Amino acid sequence: MSDPNTRPVPFRGGGFAPRPRRGIGLIVFIALIALAEIGTRTGWITALTLPRPSDVLATFGELWNSGLLFKHLQPSLTRLIVGATLGASVGISVGVLIALFSYIRAGLVPLVAALFPIPKIALLPLFVIWFGIDEGSKYALIAFGTFTPTVVATYGAVDNVDRGLIRMGQSFGLTWFSIVRKIVLPGAMPGILSGLRVSLAIAIILLVAAEMLGAEYGIGAYILEAGSLYDLERLFAGVVILSILGVLVSAGITRVEKRVLRWRG
Amino acid sequence: MELRLENVCHAYGETEVLRDITLTVPRGRIVCIVGPSGCGKSTLLRMMGGLERPDRGEVLQVGAPPQGCLNPLTYVFQDFALLPWRSVEGNVALALEDHRTGRARQAEIISDVLSRTNLTEFARALPRQLSGGMKQRVAIARALAVNPAVMLLDEPLSALDAQTRALLMDDLVGLWTRAPFTAVYVTHNLAEAVRLGHQIVVLSRRPGQIREVVEIDAPLEARDNADPALEAKREHLWTLMRDEARAADAELSHV
Repeated sequence: MSDPNTRPVPFRGGGFAPRPRRGIGLIVFIALIALAEIGTRTGWITALTLPRPSDVLATFGELWNSGLLFKHLQPSLTRLIVGATLGASVGISVGVLIALFSYIRAGLVPLVAALFPIPKIALLPLFVIWFGIDEGSKYALIAFGTFTPTVVATYGAVDNVDRGLIRMGQSFGLTWFSIVRKIVLPGAMPGILSGLRVSLAIAIILLVAAEMLGAEYGIGAYILEAGSLYDLERLFAGVVILSILGVLVSAGITRVEKRVLRWRG
Repeated sequence: MELRLENVCHAYGETEVLRDITLTVPRGRIVCIVGPSGCGKSTLLRMMGGLERPDRGEVLQVGAPPQGCLNPLTYVFQDFALLPWRSVEGNVALALEDHRTGRARQAEIISDVLSRTNLTEFARALPRQLSGGMKQRVAIARALAVNPAVMLLDEPLSALDAQTRALLMDDLVGLWTRAPFTAVYVTHNLAEAVRLGHQIVVLSRRPGQIREVVEIDAPLEARDNADPALEAKREHLWTLMRDEARAADAELSHV
């Protein structure tokens, strides 16, 4: 080693492989909230800019105690579940049909491409005329909004199923239906689920939009009311509920993925 | 049951891949098809199993498939083609489920083929937990489960390393000696062809035509790589193929 021309080969590998780090996400949340709390208490952040996190929490507690929380949450969740289930199930079915049949693909792919970029909220007045001012139009808006991304994700996922496996199914004389059920659908499941993650986030956004445009109860209505009164504490309480909803939906999909995609290891 | 090909021709668009192939696969024997890459040997195999239609000529099955045969023409693929979301026994079951054999009979068949391929203790493992050789064993077990009249093997050992290849080759020989089956075995490996084939069909480069059919009479179980007679056959096959392979190689580079 005394020879100056002999040195260890410099290490150049490593990196580009993120590993799970537990608790870091939580720390970021807590740090931001603590910063807001300290800022508002010391007067460094004025009460008009940002409400005090502890006040938001107190508002949330009030909401809980008065039972108003569930009065708003219950219709919102119903709309979300009905609308998203409708949109996702029709979306998955249509996506599979597009992927499997040439005529359906040729006919519907341009249609889906035309529908995808339309901001669905712009269609709410139309839905009100078609499906009524009540729940019908809200279900339709959420369903329609989840439908398009689900279709696109589904037919992409089915297109990516290994053709070799389908060929294998045919070579063993499996029926068409068996091939779809036992090979195509499980093979497309990873893609469908990651599409669903996007679709459901869009569903939450549309839920609030629909409720803002006309609902007595619902988280969107609650946020709109708080906003028009400039009640920042209540506004933030509503926003926090939405965030929690988003996190719960995402966690739910992760659970389903863990269960359904165990084979990927 | 025999498989007979009569004047099979095929082209993909402008590219002629097979020209006038006439061939019989006799019962209880293994026919190896060798040839340079791109000579259409895999296409030929796909036609034998009805996965592709020839442009001209006919692929005929002569005689009835044996009693209890669920899928007369059964493939073993190079990339194994196992469903990653099904366990070993689930993958074998896939081939049986559409045949209404009944639950008990199905379980019986699965345990029989798994024991014949030494996979019994891996019945519940998922494909990702298995080595390449093990995966191909599962695919062979799945093929045996439907009791095929003709097994169609498409370079089944090409994705495996040399040691695993030798082991699986012995397994195949063992399976055949215990219960002789009819098979078409496509490969580009002449050693495999000489070890396993009763008949070796040499195809020319594209468009694939039969150059020669080499017969090897030595019984499978008695074949030894060091046997000079076999070595001579291998050498003969290589002479047949060398120029074709070289020409095919040069040709592909400017397609």
